[in-house]
Amino acid sequence: MAFIKVENLIFDYIKTDEGGAPVATRAIEGVSFVVEKGSFTAVIGQNGSGKSTLAKNLNGLLIPTTGKVWIDGLDTSVQENVWNVRQKVAMVFQNPDNQIVSAIVEDDVAFGPENLGIDPAEIRERVDRALDGVEMGDYKDKAPHLLSGGQKQRIAIAGAVAMEPECIVFDEPTAMLDPRGRREVLAIARDLNRKGMTVVFITHFMEEAACADHVIVMDGGRIRMEGTPHEIFRREDELKALNLDVPAPVKLASLLRKEGVALPEDILTEEELVCALLEVRAG
Amino acid sequence: MPSSLHSGDDDTTKKMIRDITLGQYYLGNSVIHKLDPRVKIMAALLYIVALFVVKEFTGFIAAVVFLEMVIIISKVPRRYIWRGLKPVLIIIAFTLAVNLFMIKGEVLWQFGILHITREGVRTAAFMGIRLVLLIIGSSMLTLTTRPIGLTDGIEALLSPFKKIGLPAHELAMMMTIALRFIPTLLEETDKIIKAQQARGADFESGNIFRRAKALVPILVPLFISAFRIAQELAMAMEARCYGGNVKRTRMNAMKFARRDLIAVVIFCVFLALIVLQRVLL
Repeated sequence: MAFIKVENLIFDYIKTDEGGAPVATRAIEGVSFVVEKGSFTAVIGQNGSGKSTLAKNLNGLLIPTTGKVWIDGLDTSVQENVWNVRQKVAMVFQNPDNQIVSAIVEDDVAFGPENLGIDPAEIRERVDRALDGVEMGDYKDKAPHLLSGGQKQRIAIAGAVAMEPECIVFDEPTAMLDPRGRREVLAIARDLNRKGMTVVFITHFMEEAACADHVIVMDGGRIRMEGTPHEIFRREDELKALNLDVPAPVKLASLLRKEGVALPEDILTEEELVCALLEVRAG
Repeated sequence: MPSSLHSGDDDTTKKMIRDITLGQYYLGNSVIHKLDPRVKIMAALLYIVALFVVKEFTGFIAAVVFLEMVIIISKVPRRYIWRGLKPVLIIIAFTLAVNLFMIKGEVLWQFGILHITREGVRTAAFMGIRLVLLIIGSSMLTLTTRPIGLTDGIEALLSPFKKIGLPAHELAMMMTIALRFIPTLLEETDKIIKAQQARGADFESGNIFRRAKALVPILVPLFISAFRIAQELAMAMEARCYGGNVKRTRMNAMKFARRDLIAVVIFCVFLALIVLQRVLL
């Protein structure tokens, strides 16, 4: 079942020039896709490809200039739907510092549920559960500015989870983190997905996209490729033309194939590569 | 600049950042910590008023005993209290000096135009005690109340004025965010200073005007980044369904419990003592 349905989405940023006349800059030019309930969808593309604008269109932070975005059957351009949509689709942003509202971790996680008007006892429960879910329970009394980037991002995820959404959109959550923080955040996103959360993961790290069940490649405000990671990362040349890379294991496998090592075509992750190489050696 | 100096700078900034938030609130679990923030805020305000009601030294006995009681029950270490007092020592010293030398009366000691009078000594001591009690009293409030408790308390206490158009919730939210972003903006400032220094900016030499002018290349990027942060934060808050105070609930809803009633009774006894000594003595 389609949870998110995007139909001919066009989005213009409107700015006023020096004379006061509005100038439109097109960020997204006619995008259509669906996100299945319970799926893990990765959106990749270089800077300025429109992927962040797309993310903000998925929970009514931005409203399509033309076209429609449906969240679980709700039209985001209808004003009455906006709170419902934002409760269903939570969001985690790139900069962990600029999305934490409160000076104490647990109060920040409680911010979303408080806005929804949930009963205090239930908020308490949700906050504890969400913090335990990201393994930050021991830090609930701490001040966020004393935590590492990865920890802060986990707090932000807990804040999203505490709203009990059906989908979380991650807008380049790992771009400002060190490798360890990146691994932690990705692991949490996958864990949430395994427990039934629909995940839209926007990134420019190809290794992260390789974990998805569905990959959307954006460039210049348009979708250029769409499919499973296997289908996408096989098309190395096309990705190169869009200034994108393939995950390191895929690259290594293709180099080895060129050298005459008989490796299968569908290698994506490090483990798959290792297994295939072991098989080659054994056989 | 040698690299050792840089790391030294780094440490002081980090320490400063830590002190700013943690210096205010001392994490604890005492009865004082658990009291309703509204009770604590009102008590702190009335305590300050009471200090100005006192006219004789004897009146301070009750004030000192009460404060000492609060400190002992709260289990806040004395060095935290001392740390709050330290930055205002200069002001206290200045007040003492002014009172000591300026007040006319029976001269005890004279040197040129400087003279100390009996009344001067008395007033200086009186003002000194009042100031110290005032500062410790108000820092006990911030030491034992979480920032969010403080803002919630202020919001609740101001909400009667909503009828005359006072945006109580918005003010409280602004305070919450300001508290949260002080360390972030400090870090940002530090980053900008380093970036400008790396490009040869000089903040340390020249007279005061030159130095003030040298701050412009720090302030302009700082303002720009403050606006950018504000914009991102606003977006993140909207994404988390923030829409002002409509139907909003609180995780730690303030409850006026039995312990609050006991605290109020004790505080009233203290106030009564202060008023009595003023009337009787």
